[in-house]
Amino acid sequence: MSKVVLDVSDVDKKFGGLRALSDINLQIEEGTVNAIIGPNGAGKSTLLNVIVGRLPPSRGHVKFNGQELTGKRPYEINQMGVARVFQTPEIFPDLTLLQNAMVPALAKRDGQFNMSILKSLYHEAELREDAEQMLKDLGLIEHKDQLAKSMSRGDKRRLELAMCLVQHPKLVLLDEPTAGMSRHDTNRTIDLLKSIKEQGMTKVIIEHDMHVVFSLADRISVLAQGAIIAQGTPEEVRNDPKVKEAYLGGEQL
Amino acid sequence: MINANLASPRQDLIYMLVFSAVILTMPLWLQPFGAAYPGLLQKFMIFGILAIGYNLLFGLTGYLSFGHAAFLGIGSYAAVWSFKLLSMNVIPAIIFGTVMSGLFAVVVGYVCLRRAGIYFAILTLAFAQMAYNLAYSVLTPITNGETGLQLSQQDPRILDRMFGIEATSSLPFPNLFGITSAGFYGFYICAAVMIIVFFIALRIFRSSFGLKLRAIKSNQTRMSYTGYNTRPFLMTTFVISGMYAGLAGSLMAVTDPLAGAERMQWTASGEVVLMTILGGAGTLIGPLLGAGIIKYFENIFSAFNENMLMDAFSFLPDWMAEGVAAFLGLFVGDGWHLTLGLVFMLIVIFLPGGMMEGLQRIWKLIRHGRHKRDHQSKSQQASAEEA
Repeated sequence: MSKVVLDVSDVDKKFGGLRALSDINLQIEEGTVNAIIGPNGAGKSTLLNVIVGRLPPSRGHVKFNGQELTGKRPYEINQMGVARVFQTPEIFPDLTLLQNAMVPALAKRDGQFNMSILKSLYHEAELREDAEQMLKDLGLIEHKDQLAKSMSRGDKRRLELAMCLVQHPKLVLLDEPTAGMSRHDTNRTIDLLKSIKEQGMTKVIIEHDMHVVFSLADRISVLAQGAIIAQGTPEEVRNDPKVKEAYLGGEQL
Repeated sequence: MINANLASPRQDLIYMLVFSAVILTMPLWLQPFGAAYPGLLQKFMIFGILAIGYNLLFGLTGYLSFGHAAFLGIGSYAAVWSFKLLSMNVIPAIIFGTVMSGLFAVVVGYVCLRRAGIYFAILTLAFAQMAYNLAYSVLTPITNGETGLQLSQQDPRILDRMFGIEATSSLPFPNLFGITSAGFYGFYICAAVMIIVFFIALRIFRSSFGLKLRAIKSNQTRMSYTGYNTRPFLMTTFVISGMYAGLAGSLMAVTDPLAGAERMQWTASGEVVLMTILGGAGTLIGPLLGAGIIKYFENIFSAFNENMLMDAFSFLPDWMAEGVAAFLGLFVGDGWHLTLGLVFMLIVIFLPGGMMEGLQRIWKLIRHGRHKRDHQSKSQQASAEEA
């Protein structure tokens, strides 16, 4: 068994009387692709929000490479090497695509705060090349001088992915990366995600689309009503009677 | 936009040289417009500095402050106190005014930047109105209340005395090592300061710091998930912007050494918002343009009166001239605010990017027209060759 990158232990999350997550235990190994699946309202997005520091857990701990994430601010978690892709693309709509990719690269280099005005962006050739390379990898390079708000939804999602990858994160969390995409775009995204073989980069994907899950994931965790009911390889999960009952509702996989 | 960000150092140098030349020759080329007198030229520079600084906050981060007049007032008071206590030299006055405003901005920013959007605007407005009312009431020992803070011959002026500069029989006037800061000298002092702070603003616009500020304006959530702690960015920008306003306020005292609380009224805060939006928020030159135009019309339009209008329309039959003059009279003199309001409405509705957007559109039209002509002449050539 290789090194555990993300360790979620005994996490509970309550919203008033509602128990959104209960006793979540999840170990994610370095370099693997992990899918978290489950019906609507199962708590998938809540779990992701707890991991990135958007929501504090009511109980339990989240550790990243042995360091405590619980109670840390989102920017601190990002600086530790955790990047997140949102369900609705969070980009900089009023900046060009190239600027969109440069801002995260600058965050990686300059840290959470830096106010030097001595160096003009004109002289940041290395950084710009990095950003351009990333746009090229994701097939966005021909639009690099366009404003991000003028792009299609699919392109915005790819841009957001580029913004995460340009930071070379250790762990990427993707919240339904193919939601609302056409079949064609979905397949393209799957190929893209498969082709990203950053050294040691671990991925956690929340997904509805079983086609995506079974083409990408090394391990699957099934969430239902705030609890993990099954974990394992795609094969194991596919054949788990509990999963069939609770989530798939008899749907043929 | 991207081109503006990636201007080479050479282009920037040319830009700054042309800019400086245009500013320093203002007394010449503004002559035909009747605006080449020192009082107005000084105002162009002072409000230009205010607008440049305001634009760093509003134009880059999108935080709409409604309290910049307070920084202006504090800068003025601090400068006059520097004249009274230290020296009539303008340099300590400017430094003191800027630093005091910066300190005040740290306090205001610390409180107000906890909120964004309309709440931020209201909080800054509240602070400015508080400062305004305090200047009239509790702080009278410092501000001299309604009379305003003035110089007097009995002022200590420690540094001046130390260097043996004795007060003359009349009231002393601020000076730069002996050169008075009244009239055109005052304009050139202000212009020099303005060119320096414009250069600093240019550096901010061109740097990665400026890009990050724009990113904050565009999507603050993304910024924090991208690894940025946005608060210190906003705080820094707010303080820089407040210092620009304080600098402008101290220059007001330099060119006219008295300070009154009316400078801190909310209408003054509103004015700089108008200047920035009118010229084009987020552009380098726009706010300066806005400041210039508002100050120009304030001085020129408000000087018009009905008699002058009657003279202008004397070629019409009497009854008609009277009607036209009465109607146009609404828009000049004290009514110039009506003109300003109408122009502002037209700009916001048709040119949300301000006058800079208008200029860009005109520029595009011209280029487009030229392109078309080139194209036509080329195709004509081609057909001629074929023939």
